[in-house]
Amino acid sequence: MRAFLDSIGYAHWILSVLLLLPLAGVVLVLLAPKEWARWLTLVVAIAEFVLALGLWITFDPDNGGMQFTATLTWLPELGISYRIGLDGLSLFMVLLATAMMPLLVWGSWFAIDQKVRGYYALLLALKTGMIGVFVSLDLFLFYCFWELLLIPMYFLIGTWGSSNRLYAATKFVVYTFAGSILMLVAVITMVTIVARGTGETSFAYDHLVRHSDLLAPYAPWLFSAFALAFAVKVPIFPFHTWLPDAHVEAPTAGSVDLAVILLKMGTYGFLRFAIPFFPAFALSRGVAAVFVALAVIGIVYAALVSMVQPDLKKLIAYSSVSHLGFVMLGIWGGTVASVQGAIIVMIAHGISTGALFFLVGMLYERRHTRLLADYGGLARVAPKLATAFVITAFASIGLPGLNGFIGEFLVLLGSFGRFPVAVGIATSVVVFSAAYLLVAVQRVFFNPITKPENLELHDATPRELAVLVPLIAAMLWMGLYPQPILRRTEAAARRYVETVRPYLPAATTAASTEAR
Amino acid sequence: MHPAPLLLQADAMPTGAGVPFWLVLALPLAGCLLNAAIAFTRPQTKALVSVIGPGVVLGAFAVAVACFLRLQAPGAPEALDLGLWRWIEAGDLKIDIAFRLDHLSAIMVLVVTGVGGLIHLFSIGYMKSDDGYARYFAYLNLFIVFMLVLVLGRSMPVMFIGWEGVGLCSYLLIGFWYGVQANADAGKKAFIMNRIGDFGFLIAMFLTWHALGTLDFAEIAARTPELAANGALVTAIALFIALGCAGKSAQIPLYTWLPDAMAGPTPVSALIHAATMVTAGVYLVVRTNGIFSHAPAASLVVAAIGAATALFAGTIALRQNDIKKVLAFSTVSQLGLMFLAVGSGAYVAGIFHLVTHAFFKAVLFLGAGSVIHAMHHAYHATHRDADPQDMRNMGGLRKWMPWTSTLMWIATLAIAGIPVFSGFFSKDEILASVFGRGAGQGVFYFFWLLASLASLLTATYMGRLMATTFQGTNRTGIAEQARLHEAPWIMTAPLVALGLLSLVGGAINLPHFAGGNAWLEHWLEPVLAPSHGVVPLVMPEGATEAALIGFAVLIGIVGLVVGVKGVLRGAVATPAEAVPETGFRRVLSAQYFVDAIYDRFIVRPVQWFAQTVLWKTIDQWLVDGVAVMGSAHLLQGIGWLGSRFQTGQLGLYLLLFVAGAVWVLGVVLQ
Repeated sequence: MRAFLDSIGYAHWILSVLLLLPLAGVVLVLLAPKEWARWLTLVVAIAEFVLALGLWITFDPDNGGMQFTATLTWLPELGISYRIGLDGLSLFMVLLATAMMPLLVWGSWFAIDQKVRGYYALLLALKTGMIGVFVSLDLFLFYCFWELLLIPMYFLIGTWGSSNRLYAATKFVVYTFAGSILMLVAVITMVTIVARGTGETSFAYDHLVRHSDLLAPYAPWLFSAFALAFAVKVPIFPFHTWLPDAHVEAPTAGSVDLAVILLKMGTYGFLRFAIPFFPAFALSRGVAAVFVALAVIGIVYAALVSMVQPDLKKLIAYSSVSHLGFVMLGIWGGTVASVQGAIIVMIAHGISTGALFFLVGMLYERRHTRLLADYGGLARVAPKLATAFVITAFASIGLPGLNGFIGEFLVLLGSFGRFPVAVGIATSVVVFSAAYLLVAVQRVFFNPITKPENLELHDATPRELAVLVPLIAAMLWMGLYPQPILRRTEAAARRYVETVRPYLPAATTAASTEAR
Repeated sequence: MHPAPLLLQADAMPTGAGVPFWLVLALPLAGCLLNAAIAFTRPQTKALVSVIGPGVVLGAFAVAVACFLRLQAPGAPEALDLGLWRWIEAGDLKIDIAFRLDHLSAIMVLVVTGVGGLIHLFSIGYMKSDDGYARYFAYLNLFIVFMLVLVLGRSMPVMFIGWEGVGLCSYLLIGFWYGVQANADAGKKAFIMNRIGDFGFLIAMFLTWHALGTLDFAEIAARTPELAANGALVTAIALFIALGCAGKSAQIPLYTWLPDAMAGPTPVSALIHAATMVTAGVYLVVRTNGIFSHAPAASLVVAAIGAATALFAGTIALRQNDIKKVLAFSTVSQLGLMFLAVGSGAYVAGIFHLVTHAFFKAVLFLGAGSVIHAMHHAYHATHRDADPQDMRNMGGLRKWMPWTSTLMWIATLAIAGIPVFSGFFSKDEILASVFGRGAGQGVFYFFWLLASLASLLTATYMGRLMATTFQGTNRTGIAEQARLHEAPWIMTAPLVALGLLSLVGGAINLPHFAGGNAWLEHWLEPVLAPSHGVVPLVMPEGATEAALIGFAVLIGIVGLVVGVKGVLRGAVATPAEAVPETGFRRVLSAQYFVDAIYDRFIVRPVQWFAQTVLWKTIDQWLVDGVAVMGSAHLLQGIGWLGSRFQTGQLGLYLLLFVAGAVWVLGVVLQ
């Protein structure tokens, strides 16, 4: 297989094809009759996923640098070019984005019956934006994809969302936009500064990282601009209030895409850009203290708030904030284990929270309500849905043997040496995460059936099982045998740790070595 | 770097060639998957499930016996190893899915599969008419798998898979009849309270890793002297492990989930909430005995918690009327005794009592199950709405259920510590060991006193339970009496086997005074090597020993007599006739109001804090209202100035924005 892929030059064109194929799909969907829209999208989605599988096969785990690179000059006078590539950090984000695509189409199959063409076209456009963000190696290109994502998401929420959709969509755009304007200013300033120092104007990621020492004097301002843009996206407390609204109002596919990919753009931004550009400032005691504190606050605060939500979708939305806090903690933990843990949490959260949003969508399609109080006793009428929900809930709770445990365990273990108190507080969330999800399980699937409508509900259909079973299989696989993923992320994590290590204050525990 | 091989290298391969050790795990796992498949596809199938469910566990027991015999053979390896695959590797951390059957885990595996197999058999009769039959056996098989992972796991994280897995099964089985809210509540409560303990387990792992750079039990044991050099650290590790154990083994202050766990089917109470899962905390302390013996302060805490729990739960058991509640508090109390033992460094005594308790408490719970089964059928037949678990509705049942009555009496004599019954030897060893520690540290005399009082209470409440249930006159009802019957043989036969074990189980560690050679003590020597000579455990001898034994026996007899006489002295009031209790009796029957106190001072304040302070005030008012909308209004004011450019099309804004940005860029770069 590998030889065949090499013979067709797979490594050179694959990322560009992954970026262009969904756009071609957009054109097709818009031109074809509207009955064809979902079928066309499905074909494109499956093709995209199958093509992306080659990345998994041919990715070289021992190479910590960029692979599958391609470069085209675009605006040479401004130092802007089309520069793309992939490392262990972005590999799984791209795989996740492409693997989720067919499931999103299946998941939307009957739920979307209005403006079908527009919906699927936007879904495809969103995919290009997502992949673009994770493969861009040119800051201008990155910024374009970053902003490009906003538009389809805005319309997905604003058009196919539920009752309060316009408020949520606007809030989403304003929040994210406010952060990213500053990021653009910072990018331009950075390029200018580096250009003055080196005489070469370039938006290339490598060039800027290599000369990051030139940026050090301006680091507080530049880092803050990046950090704000990414913090909103993650979201870090207290920039998180757009998320519950966006999730609640978005259609299922929008919620899933938000949870699986869009939130990860924030944490990815910290790992790829904000910290490697300004390591000395970002990892200084004071700044690290702020981010670790916000991460831990987010972890515990969001779990507690999640516990009292009457709306199932909001409950899951807040749980996302809690999970993403682990990623932030792992990034600042600065050890191979904690950074790999952070990457694993990003993947695992995508799978289990994605599945939870699919499940909520399925419940919503049946009962047209998201309120826990409207459910109860569903396990009796829908045992398959109940089983899927319980497994997914326990994956999200962090039961060892399922996917959620691996990443959180590595983050906590790896960060313990540097931030023992923060890890101690963060670990307490094992109690609250069980509390909020088991409350949800009980109020939806257990207890007596009190509403007559719930007696009539049908169990999971084959189409729904086609969405849920692959996700549950992925949860089990990642929980029991995460080594293939850990191995492919290790080199990138190690490279990141080596970049930041000179700037890290010494760990507090004497016995711990650098890699622990 | 090469891909991690799925099967690890030769040194980690099974050393016990010819002994299919992996079958111990594989059989119940296969059973679970098959039963789950049946539950989904043909939920009404029962015959096949009755073969698979118990069959795989009994098969695992046979394999366990074969492995045990191999370990016992002369020149046998110290342990059988099974390395499956590399689970997690990140940085220096390397965790394998690897299992080890050593002398300690061999005992546990025999108990789990042996007692577990018998309880599976009993379940065939007990659950016969339940709609969720296949689902029940799928859960029960899965529990056996996780319990085996717990006791066989070679490292802390692998053990943690089992540790949380049994918690999952406990959750599913407590809430097995999920259509009743109380059951679902109880399952949820059990899982969440256990997670408080799991927090301790996790922190203990982090501390151990940072201190030693390993999480492998054997390596930890080998390197305890290193740990011992840092007293504060080793004490902290031990205390966090103890927190985990207190959750799993239902000790103060985390015991309140166990009485509620009785909401599950009674065989589940016998298997999970008496014989196996709840003893995992005791097992973990013994597994990490090196850490505990080098942390005397933490061990003292464990002993104190154990003694206090034993007495406290014993008092509550005195005034419960639900037959399962009595047994639940009895279990909490007996686990307290085991905690006291391992906290006092009497690790062998702790494991000894764990084993005998598994036998006699399984008899008591299964016997109670037979009683409830009969009561339920009687009330069901006459359509009377009365509580089949309330002992006040029973009385004189030995007439209809002679086998159950006799076997439960055997178990009662065992738990009361009457000589020759198994519990006598194990309880006596705990009391004697604790007393022996008193010579060095006076506080142990106090613990001994508490434990002796707890033993007195044990005999008393068990006497009360047996007299109220089986002796005296019957209160079930005239019409119902005709429907009362002995349990079918599929339920009675496992009870007979367990009753025999309750009778003779003391033989595994028969003390020298009884002509034995303390087999278990020798058997566990290699496991306890890390604490050898560290804990000053001096067993009383001669006249002291004899006096202690005499006193313990006296306590047992007095307690039983008081308990039985207290019931038979007058007529027992049925629930309908009962007058409300007052004074301290009310406090006891209300279980010291601990649940209400937790609810009032912990659960509700946390919920209030989350709801009112965090969500409504900080999230909605401060962040969303003041900060976000405030700045939005501010911007709106500014935006009004530019409103002439407003076309309402976001796409155009973005286009303008990007164009502007490029223009800025050009200017800046010139």
